[in-house]
Amino acid sequence: MSWLSDGAVQRLRRAAEAPDLSGTRYRLLERLGRGGMGVVFLADDLTLDRRVALKVLDLPDDSGELSARLLREAHILARLEHPGIVPIHDAGTLADGRVFYAMKYVEGNRLEAHAAALASLPDRLRVFQKICDAVAFAHSRGVLHRDLKPDNIMVGHFGEVLVLDWGVAKILRDRSPESGSVIGTPFAPAENAPITAHGTVLGTPGYMSPEQARGDSAHIDQRSDVYAMGALLRLLLTSRSPEVVASDGTGTPPALSAVCFKAMAPEPAGRYASVVEMAADVTRFLQGVALVAYPDNLFRKAGRFLDRHKTAVLLVLAYLVTRVLLIILARR
Amino acid sequence: MDDTQIGGTSGKFPVTRWSVILAVRSQDSAERARALDLLVAGYWKPVYKYIRLRWGKSGEDAKDLTQEFFTRLIEKKILESYDPARARLRTYLRTCVDGLVMNQDRAEHRLKRGGDAPHHSLDFAAADGELTRLEPAAPAEMDQFFEKEWARSVFSVAVEKLRAECAARGKSTHFRIFELYDLLDTLADGPDRRPSYEDLARQFGIAVTDVTNFLAYARREFRRITLDFLRQITGSEEEFRREAQALLGAARE
Repeated sequence: MSWLSDGAVQRLRRAAEAPDLSGTRYRLLERLGRGGMGVVFLADDLTLDRRVALKVLDLPDDSGELSARLLREAHILARLEHPGIVPIHDAGTLADGRVFYAMKYVEGNRLEAHAAALASLPDRLRVFQKICDAVAFAHSRGVLHRDLKPDNIMVGHFGEVLVLDWGVAKILRDRSPESGSVIGTPFAPAENAPITAHGTVLGTPGYMSPEQARGDSAHIDQRSDVYAMGALLRLLLTSRSPEVVASDGTGTPPALSAVCFKAMAPEPAGRYASVVEMAADVTRFLQGVALVAYPDNLFRKAGRFLDRHKTAVLLVLAYLVTRVLLIILARR
Repeated sequence: MDDTQIGGTSGKFPVTRWSVILAVRSQDSAERARALDLLVAGYWKPVYKYIRLRWGKSGEDAKDLTQEFFTRLIEKKILESYDPARARLRTYLRTCVDGLVMNQDRAEHRLKRGGDAPHHSLDFAAADGELTRLEPAAPAEMDQFFEKEWARSVFSVAVEKLRAECAARGKSTHFRIFELYDLLDTLADGPDRRPSYEDLARQFGIAVTDVTNFLAYARREFRRITLDFLRQITGSEEEFRREAQALLGAARE
């Protein structure tokens, strides 16, 4: 038996993992990473002369269960046509029997790396609102993501924000309210897969709602995604490079901390009822009006009034001080 | 018989996909023997090298302990107490090796065993040769060492099986191209000097597209054989999937 060097073992690992693209329109370029039950590769689409990302099932699947789940993910992506959700181009089975789908190759940074370099709070909140838009759209189509986390958010070089990896998404209902199209029906047996399957914990610690962590799948609804959105907002507010902190110098506004707390309430009933409601509170913050999560009192009203009318207030104060000084001088 | 005959070219892979855990508990002695063959094929080199390095045993002692370990696996029904839910088979076996070495009085053991105990025909000289090529592992890194050697062993078995299958199907050129492209420095034992597809096409007098197709075939079969073998030497479907991800995905994780 030949001796296999460390280099040969590494090449064999790659050879065994790499998809067999013979007979397809794709040429393998490199491995990009792992996502859920699949490995993602960069490939050339030789027909359209563009780069695509191929997600390929990474394990043999005698029962067909994993293949059904990957195809179901492809099907969900196909139905969720939105600027904030990565578009799918193709799906099928490779010569080695593995199921795959091809999607847009997004060049950019994962959320955490992108957030670290963003200086202004409004910029961070705008990124967050784009994530809200995509997730709210999916909810409107009856789809829960269930694994929202920084690794699954990509920010492109032109500021586009894309939510990735819908591999453990849950379908709440079969029909889109607007289009009437059927979602997921061809893969119905795998639709609402158990909370754990083949060692894949559904969700990520730190971003996973308590009901998900308990495996209480019966009580998972869009408020479970709201919980993860609260964790993402917290990350956007706190994940700043030392240079940004030094130039900014401000901490997290209490109103936004309150939004995070409300979104991440232990019980779903304590959270925002929807991502739309949460996004509305963030918009209120940007507009300088009262938030649902941070109700007004006299001091906050006065504080917000001062914030909004700083110049006018300073002018009035300067006028009053001048008048007082003039009165005092006149009396002497 | 050299080590290439163990499980690899012997064609003794069970046609069913029973794991060894089920097979060693079988009432059928032939089934149990085939299960042991699989275990020996996948694990004997990692076990031998581990005993040499982790326990600092001489070659002779390590050979005795390795033989003893695989004999005990069946005779002492060690695998009957294995629970796939609690540990990977690989981890369990390594723990058993530790227990064997710690408890063994070698001199007494050699006297006791006598000439009746079954001996596995293992190419210890080849294993010793491999040991000299390996980077020394620190005591704290023995877990990783065992895992790395286990991966090397699984791939070695799969490569030999692929070689035999390609020869049987009249596809020796497929294997040769795979060997030259993916295993080259196993032959040259030096820096990566893999030939290009064009080089291979010229060497074999075929088109470059044929090289691509031959290589794709060999890699596809290599993957299939590796996973088939892995399925048989793991304790459960769950463990198989975890081990497959670890084995194949570790290239760049």
